[in-house]
Amino acid sequence: MKNGMIRTNKGFFEITVTVNGEKKELSVKNGEFLLDALRRHGWKGTKKGCDTGDCGSCAVLLNGKPVLGCLAPAVTAHGGVLTTIEGLGTVHAPHPLQRAFVEAGAVQCGFCIPGMILSSKHLLDRTPDPTDAEIRKALDGNLCRCTGYVKQVEAVKNAAKRLKAKC
Amino acid sequence: MDAKDLKVVNKPAIKMDALGLACGEPAFTDDMDFTGLLYAKLLWSPHAHARIKKIDVSAALKVPGVKAVLTYKDLPRVPHTTAGQGYPEPSPYDTYTLDNKVRYVGDRVAAVAAETAEAAKEAVSRIKVDYEVLPAVLDTFEAMKDGAPVIHDEEDSKNIPDAKHNIAAKFDFEVRNGEWFKEADHVFEHSWTMPYLQHCAIEPHISIAYFDNTGRLVLRTSTQVPFHVRRIVAQALKIPVKNIRVIKPRIGGGFGSKQEVLEDIVAALALKTRRPVKLEYTRKETFISSRTRHPATCRMKAGVKKDGTITDAEMEITLNTGAYGSHALTVMMCSGSHTIPMYRVKNNIRFIGRSVYTNMPVAGAYRGYGATQGFFAWECLMDMMAAKIGMDPVEFRKMNYIKLGEGSPVFKAMGEGREGVEQVITSCGLFEAIKKGADEIKWAEKKAKYASQSGPIRRGVGVACMMQGSGIPEVDMASATMKMNEDGSFNLLVGAADLGTGSDTILAQIAAEVLGIKTDDIIVTSSDTDITPFDVGAYASSTTFISGGAVKKTAEKVRDMIIEVAAKILDQKKEDLRLEGGKVVAKDGSSCSLPEVANTSLYYYNQHQITASASHFAHTSPPPFQANFAEVEVDTETGKVKILDYVSCVDCGTAINPVLAEGQNDGAVLNGISHTLSEEMEFSSNGTPLNASFRRYKIFSAADTPPLRTFIIPTWEPAGPFGAKSVSEIGINGPLPAVANAIYNATGVWLFDAPFTPDRVLAAIKKQAPSPAAGSVKLLH
Repeated sequence: MKNGMIRTNKGFFEITVTVNGEKKELSVKNGEFLLDALRRHGWKGTKKGCDTGDCGSCAVLLNGKPVLGCLAPAVTAHGGVLTTIEGLGTVHAPHPLQRAFVEAGAVQCGFCIPGMILSSKHLLDRTPDPTDAEIRKALDGNLCRCTGYVKQVEAVKNAAKRLKAKC
Repeated sequence: MDAKDLKVVNKPAIKMDALGLACGEPAFTDDMDFTGLLYAKLLWSPHAHARIKKIDVSAALKVPGVKAVLTYKDLPRVPHTTAGQGYPEPSPYDTYTLDNKVRYVGDRVAAVAAETAEAAKEAVSRIKVDYEVLPAVLDTFEAMKDGAPVIHDEEDSKNIPDAKHNIAAKFDFEVRNGEWFKEADHVFEHSWTMPYLQHCAIEPHISIAYFDNTGRLVLRTSTQVPFHVRRIVAQALKIPVKNIRVIKPRIGGGFGSKQEVLEDIVAALALKTRRPVKLEYTRKETFISSRTRHPATCRMKAGVKKDGTITDAEMEITLNTGAYGSHALTVMMCSGSHTIPMYRVKNNIRFIGRSVYTNMPVAGAYRGYGATQGFFAWECLMDMMAAKIGMDPVEFRKMNYIKLGEGSPVFKAMGEGREGVEQVITSCGLFEAIKKGADEIKWAEKKAKYASQSGPIRRGVGVACMMQGSGIPEVDMASATMKMNEDGSFNLLVGAADLGTGSDTILAQIAAEVLGIKTDDIIVTSSDTDITPFDVGAYASSTTFISGGAVKKTAEKVRDMIIEVAAKILDQKKEDLRLEGGKVVAKDGSSCSLPEVANTSLYYYNQHQITASASHFAHTSPPPFQANFAEVEVDTETGKVKILDYVSCVDCGTAINPVLAEGQNDGAVLNGISHTLSEEMEFSSNGTPLNASFRRYKIFSAADTPPLRTFIIPTWEPAGPFGAKSVSEIGINGPLPAVANAIYNATGVWLFDAPFTPDRVLAAIKKQAPSPAAGSVKLLH
């Protein structure tokens, strides 16, 4: 049993994971994927668009790196640090990326946006001053059918500027 | 009034739901938990055409956790259409919630509800079906022949014009002013084809059916047409409309696919189990068993004189409607009615339209709605004619496009499923759009530069112009209700269905403009059939024009009621008062605040709620216009086409919210570009879909996307709210012809079959210019 993970009687595992800064004990089903476990435990910001690892709507950050929640078994998060879109900011205190997406008009239906913002967060953590091409590459795994990506690239650029000014 | 007087409209207000969505707030259909929820799974047909001889569900019912298994034996047999259109729908009534016959691979066979998704899946696998496999027909032209398998041989379907020849809809129309092609110096005739295409809304189809505390059925569903869902589910399941409530939460994109009423089956499972039931399509199911664009073969024949006059035009369009005729008539008619009037045709016009059943996935509404199919042909033909008479394609279009004050016999002859309305163009920015686009792409400079090229890599520029409609005249209707609160804020209740387009925001901007307040003083509730007034829904590019008209009228009524109260407070004449900056201001400078007005009406004087409702429909459908320009690079050795630059100039009248309008257009254009270079559903010879996933059906990602620029060309449409027309669909029609024309400019080769994949482009190059020596391709120019 990895890192003291406990298997309970009905095929559930108890895992310990820090979600959005809070340490949690989560029960996950045998064979359950991270996306389904997160949604079942109330983190509805992580979306299911394809369930086959192709659209990026379920992207979350595990130990700072984007993972696809629909492909990652939930138990792989055991002992890790997870950031979902809810952990980045709230409507009362949004993250500069969330604010930038809103102000640029980059949110249409919004279904792909949580994954896209988390991919952008990962980019800006490593590359605070990205080129257009770097932004497009970072967003390449997040499909959007509404926007044409024009305003989303603009949003990431604006957020980068804002985050740099803060430093 | 014109655009310079506007204070809220034509300004980039922040989309009111955007922050919540960006923060992952629960907003979509599946973001709410239901106690005791059951999971639905459907058994889909493995055969393209078969009759169910025997169906045994006993093993399925024994799976632990299974609460219901439904087959055709358990449900009323009601012929209906899944097309979410105004009543009576112009689509044939040829669909049954469940039937004893299946008509395509992916058709419904049976439905299960169980305590877990796994149990539901297990039960589906244990349903035993004995099929009598019937001969299938997958091609439209084969399907129309005598003796072809008859897909709708049932006797109770209605409004199928010729079931024996699998014709789901037909429409012919002719304007005759003399002998055909008599005046033409050159006559052209070609056919263009478009394959099966899927909408690919990132949120799959999903519905949850449950019961409220009075036992009424509630459908929380991802739909563009809540009121049509209520009506059609009531019809299909034979339950009263009053027993159904439809709630549209936030929607993860639709593009037409969610104009389709597929909620009957989850409703039936809830009624059977008396439990909440969720039906969520997988991505594969969304590809195969929701809806697609109508694949098309569009033959066009046109004549032109040396001076550039178009003498005659004939369009014959054959659409594949798949197994059911959802939108079969209307998409087919729009492929002509939205395209033929684009250019003046001096003498004769003919339209021949057929929508044909095949044993293939079901086509339906898809952004562009026929115009995409029609413009591919018409706009390529325009370039062929221009090339022949030696005229610049831009100049040829400028000479011939429909001008302000002009009409077309097509407008009256062809409506949506019935006769249309007479109309003339009352706003048109196409001249400016063409000029702006030509400047941005550097048309003249690049045409000159690309006229002499050598080597295997060739570049070219192409243009396409297009139009669409703004709602369906004398069919679409929308309504709105407003009420005033103590603090001077307002609730705006609209039936209009925001599916990610931003319509809640732009409707609030229209109301705010009328009332002289800020957009964020308006709280919008959209599309809940128990709460909001009626609206046909989000389709036919109607929301800004039709629903916007209803909101404007409603706000004007509310404004008059506010002035009535303020006149008493200020002891002024009503005609001396106006609303401005959150106040009612008199000519003499005295004023009262909106909260004062609200409190007076609610608590002090002649007590009443300031509230009003209004409805709106239109007698015309003013077209938006666009000019699109593409610059491409073609590798003539590999056939790979790369778009180097794409410019789209759009006349949507007044853009109520320019940022959202640009976003709508960027998205439509990219969808069109993705159609042009990549998208195509593939099938085996027995009709089984082969690439029903995002991995194998490639839609453009951020890294794939070429430079894409939208420019809004302002005009003022007198019939629209604050001068507005539609913007949502038109942009998807441009890329196929603009890129095809650019490829011709680059290589001298015409492409007739979408998408322009490297193998197709290479084959076309080889066919047109057989290589005289291995390794060198001689290109015609």
